[in-house]
Amino acid sequence: MVNVKVEFLGGLDAIFEKQRVHKVTVDKEDPVTVGDLIEHIVSTMIKNPNDVTIFIEDDSIRPGILTLINDTDWELEGEKDCVLEDGDIVSFTSTLHGG
Amino acid sequence: MNEHQQGSTASELETLRLENAKLRDQLARMQDNKKDYPLSLEEYQRYGRQMIVEETGGVAGQVKIKNTKVLVVGAGGLGCPALPYLAGAGVGQIGIVDNDVVETSNLHRQVLHDSSRVGMLKCESARQSITKLNPHVNVVTYPVRLNSTNAFEIFEGYDYVLDCTDSPLTRYLVSDVAVNLGITVVSASGLGTEGQLTILNFNNMGPCYRCFYPTPPPPNAVTSCQEGGVIGPCIGLVGTMMAVETLKLILGVYTKENFKPFLMLYSGFPQQSLRNFKMRGRQDSCLCCGKNRTITKETIEKGEINYEIFCGSRNYNVCQPDERLSVEAFQDLYKDNDRKTSHILMDVRPSHHYEISHFPEAINLPVKKLRDMNGDIKKLQEVLPTVGKDSNIVVLCRHGNDSQIATRLLKDEFELSNVRDVRGGYFKYIDDIDQNIPKY
Repeated sequence: MVNVKVEFLGGLDAIFEKQRVHKVTVDKEDPVTVGDLIEHIVSTMIKNPNDVTIFIEDDSIRPGILTLINDTDWELEGEKDCVLEDGDIVSFTSTLHGG
Repeated sequence: MNEHQQGSTASELETLRLENAKLRDQLARMQDNKKDYPLSLEEYQRYGRQMIVEETGGVAGQVKIKNTKVLVVGAGGLGCPALPYLAGAGVGQIGIVDNDVVETSNLHRQVLHDSSRVGMLKCESARQSITKLNPHVNVVTYPVRLNSTNAFEIFEGYDYVLDCTDSPLTRYLVSDVAVNLGITVVSASGLGTEGQLTILNFNNMGPCYRCFYPTPPPPNAVTSCQEGGVIGPCIGLVGTMMAVETLKLILGVYTKENFKPFLMLYSGFPQQSLRNFKMRGRQDSCLCCGKNRTITKETIEKGEINYEIFCGSRNYNVCQPDERLSVEAFQDLYKDNDRKTSHILMDVRPSHHYEISHFPEAINLPVKKLRDMNGDIKKLQEVLPTVGKDSNIVVLCRHGNDSQIATRLLKDEFELSNVRDVRGGYFKYIDDIDQNIPKY
């Protein structure tokens, strides 16, 4: 089990009841990975099933969304396999294109 | 000529001789100045407050700034604050690429332009403003839309490029061309109350746009400022930050040794915050800057890299011509008081759009809510008690795009038979039929 802070930025909060920051407990035997957290988000936090495609595409985070673990690009942290610890901050931000 | 007059002429002559000598001396000293000082006296005054900031490196730093050529792609919400700060700082040459004209709806954020310039090319308006601010800057305008055939020609010769554009397509193009020419890019974007900023292809070693985003977002996930709205000072702050990053690049603050790829995220609401994310480096797998490059000057210019297909576009045209009403037919059938036909007018814009301006008889049911009813007519009847399978429904949105999607939902999922949308939407109705309705 792990307690983390999850942030939805760049407009992604729209599918999480307009709340940008969430305290999340992933109730699963350790080690809990970012992949487990994403499954938890999809199965319990996205209330409207029509919104899942805004977050997930082909079983992974949708292109155009950056995933950050403690303010670091998840690519540097092992992506889905990154093991979470209590107090970690996982941020999802959609890329903006306006100028 | 009397004696007195003679004396006075002699003294005038003497005065003139002295003045002449003084001027010769001044001229000689000015010529000496030119040899000794790298900047004009006016420039010393103009840039003094900047040069006395130690981080700029004083006169040497100012000369670097003066000898730099910066290209700004887009003179909109980001370009408008970035341009005057670069000009004010004394960048020697500034290029501006933009083929749009100034519109009234730009002015809340694009504050380099003004109300008297509505209809003028943005690059020309920007040129006028920054030339007034600093006549030392050589401004070059490119009133064209950046594409794969003109980009290399425009970019060549510039030291830095600022990506102030507004679509994924141009962002990939700017990055690809800059990588191939070895130019560092300051790239930013904004929407609503947020903005993002990064440096791409730093010194031909940093990551490029494709390293961060190898796959473009699905077109329906891309929102423009026109659609999603934007707060002027929020995007303005990000544009200002672009100017800061550009000066740091020029002054050599970032080096091969100390540069770490980053992405900054500015949020204006609810509390202002600036986050600095540590990002991945250059990717070996990148098609543009990686080990096996296929995105080259040649493939881009030949059109082999098809940006339109790569980024895709939303297909709104999901209704047949007979499922659509022109604004004239809509006026004729439903707005003209003499022949008002019984119908339900469904305005499918988001509620906060509807609240700004709407037809009095229109019922607001945003397309997102409609979609979430999953074709259940009972749920539709909770909002619209009078609706039945044969109801005459007219669907309206802002521009006639979402109304087509809503029409498809109503016909295909709710199985209503008599549904049509208004081509061009509410705004076309305002433009063509009634200009006394507020258009936002």
